[in-house]
Amino acid sequence: MNWQVACSGYDVLAKRIIPCLDVTNGRVVKGTNFVELKDAGDPVEIARRYNEEGADELTFLDITASSDNRDLILHIIEAVASEVFIPLTVGGGVRVVADIQRLLNAGADKVSINTSAVNNPQLVKDASDRYGNQCIVVAIDAKRRGDHWEVFTHGGRTATGLDAIEWAKKMEAFGAGELLLTSMDRDGTKSGFDLELTRAISDAVDIPIIASGGVGTLQHLVDGVKQGRADAVLAASIFHFSEHAIEDAKRYMKRHGIEVRL
Amino acid sequence: MSVDIAVIDYGMANLRSVSKAIEHVAPAASVAVTSDPAVIAAAGRVVFPGQGAAPDCMREIDARGLRQVIIDAAHSKPFLGICMGLQVLFEHSEEGDADCLGILPGTVQRFPHEAMHDEAGDKLKVPHMGWNNVHQASAHPLWAGIEEGARFYFVHSYFVQPDSPEVIAGFSHYPFPFTCAVAAGNMFAVQFHPEKSGDAGLMLLGNFVTWNPGARESACDMSGAACA
Repeated sequence: MNWQVACSGYDVLAKRIIPCLDVTNGRVVKGTNFVELKDAGDPVEIARRYNEEGADELTFLDITASSDNRDLILHIIEAVASEVFIPLTVGGGVRVVADIQRLLNAGADKVSINTSAVNNPQLVKDASDRYGNQCIVVAIDAKRRGDHWEVFTHGGRTATGLDAIEWAKKMEAFGAGELLLTSMDRDGTKSGFDLELTRAISDAVDIPIIASGGVGTLQHLVDGVKQGRADAVLAASIFHFSEHAIEDAKRYMKRHGIEVRL
Repeated sequence: MSVDIAVIDYGMANLRSVSKAIEHVAPAASVAVTSDPAVIAAAGRVVFPGQGAAPDCMREIDARGLRQVIIDAAHSKPFLGICMGLQVLFEHSEEGDADCLGILPGTVQRFPHEAMHDEAGDKLKVPHMGWNNVHQASAHPLWAGIEEGARFYFVHSYFVQPDSPEVIAGFSHYPFPFTCAVAAGNMFAVQFHPEKSGDAGLMLLGNFVTWNPGARESACDMSGAACA
């Protein structure tokens, strides 16, 4: 045994950078508020590139509106899982336990549940009991309402009346292994995470928090971790259409004292 | 016909990731994801993955009549435990107060709430989720080509505490040192997920599929009282 080797240094769990790929009809798209979607490329190709650039995980969000093309995401996940060996999360349109089973069978490691968690919180409990909390991510879309934040569903269109902090605690109790927290106020604005919201939720629960919504600069990622106390940061647009963005982001975070996997 | 590598399926794990990663490092090998004791018994190598909670895992193992074939495989052929497949090798888990397989002496404990903060006093989350450094406590063929301190992907809330320090093959910190890999004879088992740990993980799996533990190094020789 040489415990001393490690004890003399200081190991820290790395903060994660997670690129998010919005997928519809078999393609990655990029757009704001689900309008004027621009084609950003082939999901398998983009996943491969992000993996090579050092992404810590990948998140796929299926934004396909009709159910006709739902199976496309399964084929994409199968293809990605055959050659990219980092954790894969898939969200979008998950309604019943069978949806989760299908995604896991295709090669997803975690499944993200949003609207269905609000409609049927028992789904989170059942899924967590059955597959383990490590693969259940609850996505929370929150919007500021005076001195608190309200949970929204259906891509931010439907108000629920739920308080985001109370909802986060409830989902932790129901077996969520992780929370993906998106500020609806900041999403698409490139003005940075809602740090107050991120910190409030991160302090309220013991499970990891992924911050999302509003990233426009590399400094925003640093702020999300340092001020928002996020365990992971998720972003889409700053990583699409650019060269070596993830590696640059990690080096930037490292220079600012954040432990990352390089 | 017997398969080269059996991945034990007891209904508790996302086995797709494990089998895909093994097929990637051993394209010529026949890989079976199976709950058939006969297939496992006849396989050249056995991978024992797992997720979920310890009591459920033990119940599912017994429901499928797999307890004895797992114990036999752990003592007789190259055997790789992953995540819950490490934890249930021990005698008892704090998770749901579950009696486990007892192949290795020791217990499984939860990250204690009062200890979960870093040097600055900031809260550390549980599950321990993400990429952490793995220190190689002993030289082992499965570490070949993997840098000391390389990061692997973890996701777990419980960790193993072996009675015999000799079986500790690797450790990590969160925030205190905990055992993340054990080795005993033909058995190697890890808390992290090599199938999700990029190049370092594929290297470990590649080392496993070509590993030929010496006949003299049986699990009993290495783990002392474990096989009495």
